[in-house]
Amino acid sequence: MTTGSTRTLTVVSAGLREPSSTSLLASQLAAATRAALSERGLDPEVTTIELREHARDVTDNLLTGFASEGLQAAKDVVAAADGVITVTPIFSASYSGLFKSFLDLLDDDALAGTPVLLGATAGTARHSLALEHTIRPLLSYLRALTVPTAVFAAAGDRGNHHTIDASVATRIERAAAELATLVATREATEDVDTGLHSPSFAALLHAS
Amino acid sequence: MTPTQEEYTMQFGIFSVSDITPDPTTGRTPTEGERIQAILTIARTAEEVGLDVFALGEHHNPPFFSSSPTTTLGHIAAQTNDLVLSTATTLITTNDPVKIAEDYAMLQHLADGRVDLMLGRGNTGPVYPWFGYDIRDSLALAVEHYALLRRLWREDVVDWEGTHRSPLQGFTATPRPLDGVPPFVWHGSIRTPEIAEQAAYYGDGFFHNNIFWPMRHTRQMVDLYRQRFAHHGHGGADEAIVGLGGQFFARPKSQDAVAEFRPYFDVAPVYGHGPSLEEFTAQTPLTVGSPQQVIERYAAMREHVGDYQRQLFLIDHAGLPLKTVLEQLEILGGEIVPALRREMATDRPAHVPDAPTHASRTAQQADAPTPVGGAR
Repeated sequence: MTTGSTRTLTVVSAGLREPSSTSLLASQLAAATRAALSERGLDPEVTTIELREHARDVTDNLLTGFASEGLQAAKDVVAAADGVITVTPIFSASYSGLFKSFLDLLDDDALAGTPVLLGATAGTARHSLALEHTIRPLLSYLRALTVPTAVFAAAGDRGNHHTIDASVATRIERAAAELATLVATREATEDVDTGLHSPSFAALLHAS
Repeated sequence: MTPTQEEYTMQFGIFSVSDITPDPTTGRTPTEGERIQAILTIARTAEEVGLDVFALGEHHNPPFFSSSPTTTLGHIAAQTNDLVLSTATTLITTNDPVKIAEDYAMLQHLADGRVDLMLGRGNTGPVYPWFGYDIRDSLALAVEHYALLRRLWREDVVDWEGTHRSPLQGFTATPRPLDGVPPFVWHGSIRTPEIAEQAAYYGDGFFHNNIFWPMRHTRQMVDLYRQRFAHHGHGGADEAIVGLGGQFFARPKSQDAVAEFRPYFDVAPVYGHGPSLEEFTAQTPLTVGSPQQVIERYAAMREHVGDYQRQLFLIDHAGLPLKTVLEQLEILGGEIVPALRREMATDRPAHVPDAPTHASRTAQQADAPTPVGGAR
């Protein structure tokens, strides 16, 4: 539960390898957003979900219709977040299958109205617009509030010691500031009510 | 062994969805004829080994045979004496409620009252247009059709007009329910809160077929039903009528059960290619092991959903051959159910109702000759 100045930030990283440039970008975006939230007098609580750890559970959920406890916890922490950062590798001109499968398993309203910062990685900069033509529409469909600046990092943007190209660093700062501003202007998310509810039977009868 | 009256507080039985599934260990698929005969044998054996209930599904597409459950159940009724015959489920959405009223009242007479039914919406989208309906109306159909079904059983002459079927003027469904007491109705739903609400509104039973679901989900659905049952004035939440599904595979030695069942689990259309047998058994009620392990698992179910009234097991699944299914029935009736009857009777509060039967409902009606609203 978040109260007062606390804001929860959930980072979803779909990197497959260890170490992963996707996870690296995710952690850089998280650190920049954490700092930006602190500057705004807020107290960020950051949770990172590495989808790689849930890859089998994601497939099992697709087949069985229910999540393992670990995957359910990951879904819950996304649904409960005040802000979300998603980072996926670009495969075949789009988000990775694991990334999409995870989003497919979220409840319909899990990201509705949630500020989301979009990040992506690939081998070369030729894939950068995939953020705008595949990932942003996907998050729009889920009714997320995507921040204007999306951040793409290609392998060539990284130096020898995980330093990063200045233009990418600038975009990270700008995107983080946009996300922090959106999160700051909104009330902290209440506890997500995961209980079951039904309309009264009178309403059901009259609807039929 | 003659169980004491106290041991009969819960009903135990089996349900079949009538699937015709290849045996993955032999590659052989039974013919429709073989599978239909197998179901009759399974139902008769259920009574012989001391079970209380046999329930049969309804499907209108391969690989299932049971498109006409009352025909099959009528045949079984003639070959059994005590077995309660039920359904798993009767499609309240795509069947005409007039035909359900007629068919099940008829079955009630043939079976001397040993009949109840479980209503479901069905999970096969294409079925709706085959019967002239639209799946987008599924919930509305379940609500309207059942409201009509209740009236057809309870009122001798019905004038009715609704949205989804042609109006009725001065219509009498025949035969009238046996002794003027309609069959008890369970509403089956896995994840639709509106159906739990419907069951609660009428004071009917609620059956959660939890076989592919973790208990945390089943508990939420049953809790919702119990709360709404009390809200609608039918009694305390712990007096609501709850049924659960379940499935197991047992052999005297646990490792034999696992070794024998694994090839079936691994490729079964309903299980295979996802979680391992071990993961699935940890997360769902599926229990593969010794009879004692099955007893312990199911004796604990009431810790999740409260004292309940009916436990049905799916045992003829995943392409298991008839011989194996009959062996499982022997273990179920011979070891598992007697132990569960004792376990479930222990510390069961006196005010928790027994599973409703035609006899108990007839007696109830005699006590209250002019029911006003609500369920009876």
